[in-house]
Amino acid sequence: MTDAVTSPVRARTMRRFDPSSSAAEARVRRRYRAEWRFRLYGLVALAVTTLFLAVLIADILSRGLPAFWQHSVVLDVPVKAEEIDPDNKRTELVREAEQLRAARRSWIGRWFLGPNEADRAPDPLQPLRAADYFGLARQALYDAFPGVEGRLERRKLQGLLSTGAGDPLRDRVAADIGLIGKAVRAPLRLSANADLYMKGEGTPFERRTGLGVATPSSTTGEITILTSANDFADYLVRIKVELSLRAKALRAEADRLERRAGAEQADRIKDLRADADALQARVDQVRGEETLDAQMPSLLVAVNGGLVKIEKLSDSQVSGRVILPLASTAEAQSGAWQIVTYVTPEGNRRTSDMEVAFLERLKAEGRIEKSFNWLFFASGDSREPELAGIRGALVGTALTLLVTLALCLPIGVLAAIYLEEFAPKNRMTDIIEININNLAAVPSIVFGLLGLAVFLNFFGLPRSAPLVGGLVLALLVLPTIIIASRAALKAVPPSIKEAALGVGASHQQAVFHHVLPLAMPGIMTGTIIGMAHALGETAPLLMIGMVAFIVDVPGSLTSAATVLPVQVYLWSDLPEPAFKAKTAAAIMVLLVFLFIMNGLAIYLRKKFERRW
Amino acid sequence: MIVDAPVQHAFSRDGATAVSGFAGPPKVVARDVNVYYGEKQALKDVNVDIPDKGVMAFIGPSGCGKSTFLRCINRMNDTIPSCRVEGKITIDGRDIYDRALDVVQLRARVGMVFQKPNPFPKSVFENVAYGPRIHGLANTKSELADIVTVSLQRAGLLEEVKDRLNDPGTGLSGGQQQRLCIARAIAVEPEIILMDEPCSALDPIATAKIEELIDELKADYTIVIVTHNMQQAARVSQRTAFFHLGNLVEEAPTGVIFNNPKDKRTQDYITGRFG
Repeated sequence: MTDAVTSPVRARTMRRFDPSSSAAEARVRRRYRAEWRFRLYGLVALAVTTLFLAVLIADILSRGLPAFWQHSVVLDVPVKAEEIDPDNKRTELVREAEQLRAARRSWIGRWFLGPNEADRAPDPLQPLRAADYFGLARQALYDAFPGVEGRLERRKLQGLLSTGAGDPLRDRVAADIGLIGKAVRAPLRLSANADLYMKGEGTPFERRTGLGVATPSSTTGEITILTSANDFADYLVRIKVELSLRAKALRAEADRLERRAGAEQADRIKDLRADADALQARVDQVRGEETLDAQMPSLLVAVNGGLVKIEKLSDSQVSGRVILPLASTAEAQSGAWQIVTYVTPEGNRRTSDMEVAFLERLKAEGRIEKSFNWLFFASGDSREPELAGIRGALVGTALTLLVTLALCLPIGVLAAIYLEEFAPKNRMTDIIEININNLAAVPSIVFGLLGLAVFLNFFGLPRSAPLVGGLVLALLVLPTIIIASRAALKAVPPSIKEAALGVGASHQQAVFHHVLPLAMPGIMTGTIIGMAHALGETAPLLMIGMVAFIVDVPGSLTSAATVLPVQVYLWSDLPEPAFKAKTAAAIMVLLVFLFIMNGLAIYLRKKFERRW
Repeated sequence: MIVDAPVQHAFSRDGATAVSGFAGPPKVVARDVNVYYGEKQALKDVNVDIPDKGVMAFIGPSGCGKSTFLRCINRMNDTIPSCRVEGKITIDGRDIYDRALDVVQLRARVGMVFQKPNPFPKSVFENVAYGPRIHGLANTKSELADIVTVSLQRAGLLEEVKDRLNDPGTGLSGGQQQRLCIARAIAVEPEIILMDEPCSALDPIATAKIEELIDELKADYTIVIVTHNMQQAARVSQRTAFFHLGNLVEEAPTGVIFNNPKDKRTQDYITGRFG
């Protein structure tokens, strides 16, 4: 102490800073470089993040957007009275239905008094609804292709229609029996594969006008077409090139096996070589017919208003099966007929040549209509991709989150207030605090197991129910809400509480009149973030059985249901390609809800943000 | 140091002297008050009598315990978990640390104004109306409005805010906010008003207004003010207590403290030798 007073304050080793020295300049340069590097790292990190996000969103959008659209074929469907109403009782049935409707209670009445006789009575229009509307739709489609009568062709035609194609028609007829006996212009929903084809997952085309005069041998069935020019010569060459490539591949495979396995695979090698030789023989054969198969691009001839799928071809003659019947066997002049190639081989497509031909014909006739896929939002899950919707999952999510919110908001906020404001600060509250913080980090599947053990096995609550899902999610979200609420309460300056205490408010009055209202925006933000977390949660719900295939839209807290993320999970597992689009579309809906919730949280935070 | 405090307000311990300007028994009596924050002792054996209807100032360097003592008078220290108060403080002869006494009722009788203006983030009207409302002082809306108007008037704020009673109290200037806090405190008709450095966050003009206000209020209320500003203590108070390191060093009429202090520490402090 005394030394410090007497001796100079500066230590002996201390040097004065010299800004002009080279060491100082070097230090400055180093500092600038370090700063520049740091900014660069930041920019790169930001760019990478943005890129990932952009790729993710672009991928989901590109996959999911098509699922919001659906193609239908618009046809005049004759609603035959003898099919729908064979006993001719429809006027009586409608009168009965009207009487019943008048006798029914309103939903308020049902809520308080329960359903009455009329509410419980079956729908008198059920016989009208029970008719085979799909059959009518199918018949209308058959009628649109006169002359297409083979069993195979008819089956393919029927396959173009969704199994639910007749459902809108059923509703329209049930609503207006005047339609019975008339031809109703109705859009008939296409099946998933046909819809995918219309959305561009089909095949590119090549068209070439025939040079010679084409002479078909018949109008239907297996026919031969002769042409006066060598129209098919270069197709033949192409096929031979294709065949020789295949032979080469087979030989390469055989060679590879020989090197690897040798004698063990001798039989297989022999077979491969034999196949390769057979292919080579076909290539070497001069002037002869060649057979097309499903691994090659499909060749078709459009002549005299019909379409023929070629199975065998030589330079100037082809034979094949008629898909769309020809108008006549008249000679088609040069330029009046076409050779059509479906470039993607039939074996690599989900729509056969026949289906492509039918769809293209319908499209050319202007009968295909694209419309917004309302059914996606209006229907529950289905095994048919074109009929599957997210209504069930949305309602399930809403019910589940309702239970979650109703439980965890009051419990969480009250727990937070007690812990923050009233709890004695001792070991016990410390332990509780630590455990709440730990609970927030527990993997969500553990909560699912807890729910399974406690709510399902011990309390015997129903499986797959939104009630149980909501309970489990409430457990999951509770720590988040408590932590957020405590932080919000802590952020209210103590001066406000002191002011209230100073004018003689009790502790509880000070908290509930002043601190809590000021903490409310923060609590709301935390709650919304927590609910968004719950909205996206899948794992715990798997454990309590919300992963089942449920077609019905849940009507109560205890009916079987699923939620959006689980629906995404379920659909992502299905092999049909149409479900891939549905998956992405459901993800988009989920993301939209998440964005809305987070946006709301940000809005609340911004609007009620206070600086003290 | 120039001190213009009215020396004629001298007040003797027994409370009987007529020249003091306020006669009668003391309002607050503290005996052997010790306050601990956990292990640390903040106040040591403080004995003081606070006279009725007048202004008493507590001065002293930072951390000397004057605010701590002030907060003992309305038991605001109860909100600090580690704080422990020993000794006896009575108001009108009634022990305020008695278990049977309700602390909320005590605080209704002992109002407080804080260092930093802390109006509720509500309207001017609501700020003042809150106290009367929770204590049931008004039966009708017009009675409540009356209380608010009178309180604002007594706080000298009515003229400035009468057109914006529904504007947020936090939107007023600092001095106005502090007067709003005073209005809020007097709206519940307390007997004692504690002021913890009420002007330390204000500019000199706002400070002058507050001091003026204190001067007017002292006719009806017992005011205890903690201040760092010694001129302020000299201007507004009749008695002054000097605290140092948790001890009440000296307590006397303001003129005596500033002109003729007995203790060396008091003298050093008021002449600016430390603090």
